[in-house]
Amino acid sequence: MKFLTEYRDPEMVVQYVKEIKAITTKPWTLMEICGGQTHSLVKNGILDMLPKLITMVHGPGCPVCVTSVSVIDEAIYLAEQPHVILCSFGDMLRVPGSKKSLLEAKAEGADIRILYSPLEAVQLAKSNPDKQVVFFAVGFETTAPANALSVVHAASLGLNNYSILASHVLVPPAMEAILGDDENTINAFLAAGHVCTIMGIDEYYPIAEKYKCPIVVTGFEPVDLLQGILMAVQQLERGEYKVENQYARSVQREGNKMAKETIQKVFTVSDRVWRGIGNIPESGYEVNEKYKNFNARVKFKINIPLAEENKECISGAIMKGLKKPKECPNFGIQCKPEHPLGAPMVSSEGACAAYYHYASADEVVLE
Amino acid sequence: MCLAIPGKLIAITAQLDDTFRTGKVSFGGIQKEVNLFMVPEAKIDDYLLVHVGVAISVVDEEEAKLTFKYLKDMGEVEELETPIN
Amino acid sequence: MSTKIKMNISCPMPKFDFDVITMGHGSGGLLTHKFLQSGVFDILKNDLLDQQHDGAIFELTGKTAFSTDSYVISPIFFPGGNIGDLAINGTVNDIAMCGAEAKYMSLGFIIEEGFTMKEFWEVLVSIKNAADKANVKIVTGDTKVVEKGKGDKIFINTSGIGMVHPKANIHHNNIEEGDVIIVSGNIANHGIAIMSIREGLDFETAIESDTVNLNHTVLRLINTFGNDIKFLRDPTRGGVASVLNEIAELTQLSFYLEQSLIPLNDAVEGACEMLGLDPLYVANEGLFLAVVKKEIAQSFLTSLKADENGTHAAIIGEVTHTNPGKVIMKSRVGGKRIVTYLTGEQLPRIC
Repeated sequence: MKFLTEYRDPEMVVQYVKEIKAITTKPWTLMEICGGQTHSLVKNGILDMLPKLITMVHGPGCPVCVTSVSVIDEAIYLAEQPHVILCSFGDMLRVPGSKKSLLEAKAEGADIRILYSPLEAVQLAKSNPDKQVVFFAVGFETTAPANALSVVHAASLGLNNYSILASHVLVPPAMEAILGDDENTINAFLAAGHVCTIMGIDEYYPIAEKYKCPIVVTGFEPVDLLQGILMAVQQLERGEYKVENQYARSVQREGNKMAKETIQKVFTVSDRVWRGIGNIPESGYEVNEKYKNFNARVKFKINIPLAEENKECISGAIMKGLKKPKECPNFGIQCKPEHPLGAPMVSSEGACAAYYHYASADEVVLE
Repeated sequence: MCLAIPGKLIAITAQLDDTFRTGKVSFGGIQKEVNLFMVPEAKIDDYLLVHVGVAISVVDEEEAKLTFKYLKDMGEVEELETPIN
Repeated sequence: MSTKIKMNISCPMPKFDFDVITMGHGSGGLLTHKFLQSGVFDILKNDLLDQQHDGAIFELTGKTAFSTDSYVISPIFFPGGNIGDLAINGTVNDIAMCGAEAKYMSLGFIIEEGFTMKEFWEVLVSIKNAADKANVKIVTGDTKVVEKGKGDKIFINTSGIGMVHPKANIHHNNIEEGDVIIVSGNIANHGIAIMSIREGLDFETAIESDTVNLNHTVLRLINTFGNDIKFLRDPTRGGVASVLNEIAELTQLSFYLEQSLIPLNDAVEGACEMLGLDPLYVANEGLFLAVVKKEIAQSFLTSLKADENGTHAAIIGEVTHTNPGKVIMKSRVGGKRIVTYLTGEQLPRIC
């Protein structure tokens, strides 16, 4: 596939690994922000090809992992209302709420549908006028414009049976929360290429400057990630801290104008609770006043008790890169992908699940 | 997060109004209807990155090639910097 | 071009005086009798079924294999076939994986009230055609009808029985280090064919389910290679990765794969990319995995590739001892990773 397969060229991968090994003289800790980046590193076995001096820490860029228990409970509450069809992306279904997951609610009879796109939910609302369709609008900035567009489209169709349950999270505040932590160990970031395709890269300059931390925006294929790692390590070795764009084939400095306008039309920046981390001010999007009829929270007057995070789950420390999953006493015992205690074990690119699947490959015999 | 893959725009299928445009995009043998709202500049034969049914950018072919030149250019620079024994 | 599923009624439907199946048809009374007589028994005619006894009585000697499976797929009609094809081929294949040729089968229907006769007939015709092709007789069966909402159009259960080939010795305990892992064709076709309906994906060339009976293919191979074929399994739900994980755990050997060797149709790969699915976990139907002795691997492969059901067969890996109980894969770019069990249902990702 064009613009995909070329970035998986094994020879190019070998060359990049060689180059990274050649220039790395000190131990460096890099965090890849985005779950998609983590997934690619694990899936392609790249972690095991990097020199031992480089440690990759898996960041909180996995909307599945950071969606709070309370929000899952809100989604389940809505799904269990009569005449409600709750639509969601597939990844969200297994995340545990305080009592159950959406998948379990579905098995108990709630009308929960997995959709590929929020625009399909609008179609569903149009063809089911006697039902209320709610789209579980999760994601980082990448998904926000599509979710916002669904609201605009529903409004233009004059629908009164469509709304979204917004749980958007923003990358730059998360990066600041990580870098601002006293125990922070991250030396450089690989920023998320598709988030930046939407938002541009301007927000990252002040962060790089303030924390003297190189930030390289990368794509998701093996060659992209390795080039990004090379660029970050080059900066670290030289004592630089710039923002660089490896993914220029998709990311422009100013981002996507139409996308940003659509986000601003429908959403307003709000505080957001990140699962395991807690509240990060101004780190999320909520549906604004103008479109309140499409805000499921307002429409259904949701008022359910705030759930407490599972105290045994140390996901916060893990997602900030302060602790490794192996340091969690429940890791691999009480907490496994088939019965997760917290979100990073649910999603295939959550730090704990990635570690669980990969860590045993420490014993993989290299030829 | 943000699974988006590149596909070729092969047809415009609808233009509901100034802002709502949809097209048929081919991803190596599979075609899907994609919303083109965020890429008003996209034209037939352009490659688009598509996330959850919405195109988020037009792939810049020139920039795409540069990734492959990077190491080569680095190699040339290093050769220049290496003192000749 | 959208994927159209053609209703291919090769056997003309008898004239029924009802369009839909009702609770009455499952009651065991006159309606049931009429329904079975002017439909099911006629089309599936054979000497054992025609006895219309409570059970079929026959003789079988020697080592025998017996298997059962239930089919609940939705949608029931999909590119490449329907639930009827799966119901026959699936069970015939399970028996084949035991090294046996299915001779007789049972056929049980659970039909939801309101299911149309037209659709039922289509499924029945497929069952008959698949059974004929697999050379297997349906000798006993059952039909129940449940209220609307208590089923999903139609569920089918089939059981199969047949004699094990004298040269066959299929068991995971036979697997040893050095054995070679072979897959009989392109993976993930069936699961993606189903997903394409659900997700509204259009393919330039339609992806069809690979459902087919594998008994003739497998028995021919057993006849040639005998107990050098250590293990056979058809990777249905959970895909190739799940089967290999199961046997890795049972044998405590390691199963080492090379991603670049795994045969995959381009359009299927594209669909997996789009939906964020890993083809190793996607369901297959007319496909089998074989673990064979290293010395015969190449001739086994040549023989399989000459068969119509094995044209895309390939060696995909080998059995080692380095990571007991695990499946390891070398990715296309050269890095290694563990291929784990699928946890829960495979769901399309946005991430």
